[in-house]
Amino acid sequence: MSGILNSSIGRKFAMALSAFFLMIFILQHFAINILSVFSSETFNEASHFMGTFWAVQFILQPVLIFGVIFHFVMGFVLEIRNNNARKVSYAKNNGRANSSWMSRNMIWSGGFILVFLIIHFIDFWIPEINTKYIVGDMSGMHNGEYRYFHELQEKFIPIWRVALYCVGFIFLALHLLHGFGSAFQSVGANNKYTRALQGFGKVYAIGIPAGFIFIALYHHFVH
Amino acid sequence: MNLTLKIWRQKNANDKGKMVDYQISDVSPDMSFLEMLDVLNTQLIEKGEEPVAFDHDCREGICGSCSLYINGEAHGPDRLITTCQLHMRKFKDGDTIYIEPWRAKAFPVIKDLIVDRGAFDRIQHAGGFISVNTSGNTQDANAIPIEKASADAAFDAATCIGCGACVASCKNSSAMLFVSAKVSQFALLPQGQVEATDRVLNMVNQMDAEGFGNCTNTGACEVECPKGISLENIARMNREYLKASFKG
Repeated sequence: MSGILNSSIGRKFAMALSAFFLMIFILQHFAINILSVFSSETFNEASHFMGTFWAVQFILQPVLIFGVIFHFVMGFVLEIRNNNARKVSYAKNNGRANSSWMSRNMIWSGGFILVFLIIHFIDFWIPEINTKYIVGDMSGMHNGEYRYFHELQEKFIPIWRVALYCVGFIFLALHLLHGFGSAFQSVGANNKYTRALQGFGKVYAIGIPAGFIFIALYHHFVH
Repeated sequence: MNLTLKIWRQKNANDKGKMVDYQISDVSPDMSFLEMLDVLNTQLIEKGEEPVAFDHDCREGICGSCSLYINGEAHGPDRLITTCQLHMRKFKDGDTIYIEPWRAKAFPVIKDLIVDRGAFDRIQHAGGFISVNTSGNTQDANAIPIEKASADAAFDAATCIGCGACVASCKNSSAMLFVSAKVSQFALLPQGQVEATDRVLNMVNQMDAEGFGNCTNTGACEVECPKGISLENIARMNREYLKASFKG
């Protein structure tokens, strides 16, 4: 048991667990963001709850940050180890004959998602932490009303940011198209339900990023 | 058929090696790929040159000796075959064919297209067996009833010939399809349960120690495997390994 994380299968398992957590988080993030399309009040209330409820702030948020960092660091560590397992490359390699582009390029899609995440943190997370824990304003109010919806709208005014977010979510979709099914395979789940699960995975991998793109475009054009 | 062959030539394990071009003519479409190489070698010997070294034995897809990476794929462009079962009719007149050895740190090149697959032997030695006395007092095969589905799945896993195409095809040089087949063929049968915990832990530990890469579930190994070993075996090995880790 002690050496499980030092083994190839143990690392796969840990990667899969962090992936499951992140996929559930993305779904929850989307569920709240889509509220902004239908009702600014409901979006404000949900955002204020998530931004101030102690269990979310002091339990789930640190776990999330750890999960994100772990997933990226372990991903890069595995990539380096895997590259070291083949010192001499093939003069001709026909990877497309036996595997998908997404499966062969997880490090690249993941790398672009990391760049996107850094920008996303600078855009939303760091100002939020600053307001709440540096300035000390936990009210969530600005000029007598909740600030969350207006902040969201303002962020999506510049077209360059909207374009950047769209590209980021396209890479997320590419990553999930392989990652969803791969995570289940890594924890040993390959059985009669696998085909249905892979179908659901495709819906998730395309549907959720497409939904995020829709939200960004909606606020850009409707504002 | 007239072909251009680009073949990896390497004098020994310490030589740097390089791709060398050869022209070969009058190749029959009915030749096997290895017979085509035999013709090339005959020509090289007649010219006083060193023939191309490549592994082969049974030449009927059973032994797992032949191990060529042809035009970017293990065992060439066809499916569910070994190199010896590949025929020249799969190529066109005037084609250029790249012929390389399996590439993996754990499979060092010995000479030309021959690699040392001793890593697979050491993984097998680490746990790919059951401790049963078979010296003259073998039990009747039907003494222990085994359900058909498990027997079939175990047999499918046992068809792995250990050629190494999975390692060669994997972008990470992972040996998990091979190891999982060896783990599965015993894990699915009651006779394999006694040593199940030690088997999977020891075989995976040996696999890691040999320097194979980590599986990222691209599925390339399953596609290129000449015996059609399924990714289900890797999932089963993952379960067996996790169960064994928590148990022992």
